[in-house]
Amino acid sequence: MTDPQLDWIDAALTSARPQAIGALLRYFRNLDAAEEAFQEACLRALKNWRQNGPPRDPAAWLIFVGRNAAIDAVRHRGREEALPPDEVISDLDDAEAALAERLEDAHYRDDILRLLFICCHPDLPATQQVAVALRIVSGLSVPQIARAFLVSESAMEQRITRAKRSIAEAGVPFETPGAVERADRVTAVAAMIYLVFNEGYSAGSGEAAQRAPLCEEAIRLARLLLRLFPSEPEIMGLTALLLLQHARAGARFDADGAIVLLEDQDRSLWNRDLIAQALALIDKAMRHNRPGPYQVQAAIAALHARAARPQDTDWAQIDGLYAALERMQPNPVVTLNRAVAVAKVRGPAAALEMIEPLAPRLSGYFHFFGVKGALLMQLGRAEEARLAFGRAIALANTAAEAAHIRMHLDRLMRDSAPGGQAQATP
Amino acid sequence: MLYAIFCYNDEDVVFSWSKEQDDAVMAKLDVAHQKLARNGKLGPAVRLMPTTAATTVRKDQEPPLVIDGPFAETKEQLLGFYVVDCSSLDEAVEFTRDLARANPGGAYEIRPVRLYLPGSEMK
Repeated sequence: MTDPQLDWIDAALTSARPQAIGALLRYFRNLDAAEEAFQEACLRALKNWRQNGPPRDPAAWLIFVGRNAAIDAVRHRGREEALPPDEVISDLDDAEAALAERLEDAHYRDDILRLLFICCHPDLPATQQVAVALRIVSGLSVPQIARAFLVSESAMEQRITRAKRSIAEAGVPFETPGAVERADRVTAVAAMIYLVFNEGYSAGSGEAAQRAPLCEEAIRLARLLLRLFPSEPEIMGLTALLLLQHARAGARFDADGAIVLLEDQDRSLWNRDLIAQALALIDKAMRHNRPGPYQVQAAIAALHARAARPQDTDWAQIDGLYAALERMQPNPVVTLNRAVAVAKVRGPAAALEMIEPLAPRLSGYFHFFGVKGALLMQLGRAEEARLAFGRAIALANTAAEAAHIRMHLDRLMRDSAPGGQAQATP
Repeated sequence: MLYAIFCYNDEDVVFSWSKEQDDAVMAKLDVAHQKLARNGKLGPAVRLMPTTAATTVRKDQEPPLVIDGPFAETKEQLLGFYVVDCSSLDEAVEFTRDLARANPGGAYEIRPVRLYLPGSEMK
């Protein structure tokens, strides 16, 4: 039996979740208690909303009912009193309106930020941050998360339990943050959201379908953060960056599951709707004249998105943007990416000269040898190129990456230098 | 009479839809659109990007103040609008009922149009 309302209820519960759990966490000061109360409220919502229709403010309803249910449960345990019948909580109009008013105040923003922030605890390794954020903030089930990470359910259960213990031991920061602390939290949360996205984005073709929901979830969280901080150009940049990368999802793998390089992708498969949203956000961010790493990366992705054909790409501007990114975030991987643009603008010799000093720091990095091999190939130094590609294949993290380098190698061999293409990331 | 029909909904919910859910709603809405379009009564219709893409220019000072975000912070946001040509309010209400059946939740505001400038064909 299908219920047309179920989809709506499901979407409402999902979107209300961060706000509701964030508020319940503030009441109970205990993550498990907040999650349990929310769970109970969801069960009642499924029953109640189907009978009575959707409440005016689903999050306020869930917070109110969740808090009361938890308090009732304590009373029940204490005095063996019967739980109130559901009809009693079915008409919440007045209470809901009063609560909704209180939710309008500043709590709302800090509740959600706190909930996101506790997932970014520096003691938690990146994968645990992502797993725990997906569990607590997004409400994905343990089996869903396990599937996305390609590990067993019991392993994921353990990982999340351990992470939650670390969070509990660290103590949740309940005081309202000051301006500086709030800015630090936003930065940490933005990085965590980018991690969630990359967990989905870095998947090989076989896993891409299973992991795509992680990209969509990251975009949803980025939009949520942007609604909380509507004037933060870096959050606009982050959201735009995720939208632009996700817009290419349909073109990144061919029918056989092989990686398709950016310049070989069928651009008609790029999602123009997402690209348009991203460009609108970049436009808004630029007005602030406060550039940052996410904005610059989004601007680079936007230049690719704006080029109707690969040969229309404005590589000189991409080179300039990478130079700006190098100044903001000195990092050999950024320089490596810049070299790809430099190869287009000033030729492979200049690019090779640029990446050679990176060798000591990137000696274990797959993409370094991929780019180096491609540049050497373009310079006609075939033997050295083959050596570099050999190193790349040995360092590949996935079968798809190794296959990709073999394809790259085959193609460059076939094309014969010069004229091959260097590309750091697909 | 020309009516503008403004579409309000909780954008958190609408932007939580999966692509499949979104496509399904749009397909159902299209059936409702066609009914009106067949009779030459459907004018321009617009689906807006989320309010996070919005910029507000407050003109109560000089120079006007440019602020990020929508004009009003509300539980439900303006997500799009239609211009329709209906012989009566009843007919306009009937059309929004069709829309509501295709896409439940939120609200529609029906406002008679005072001035309609069709504009030029945009490329």
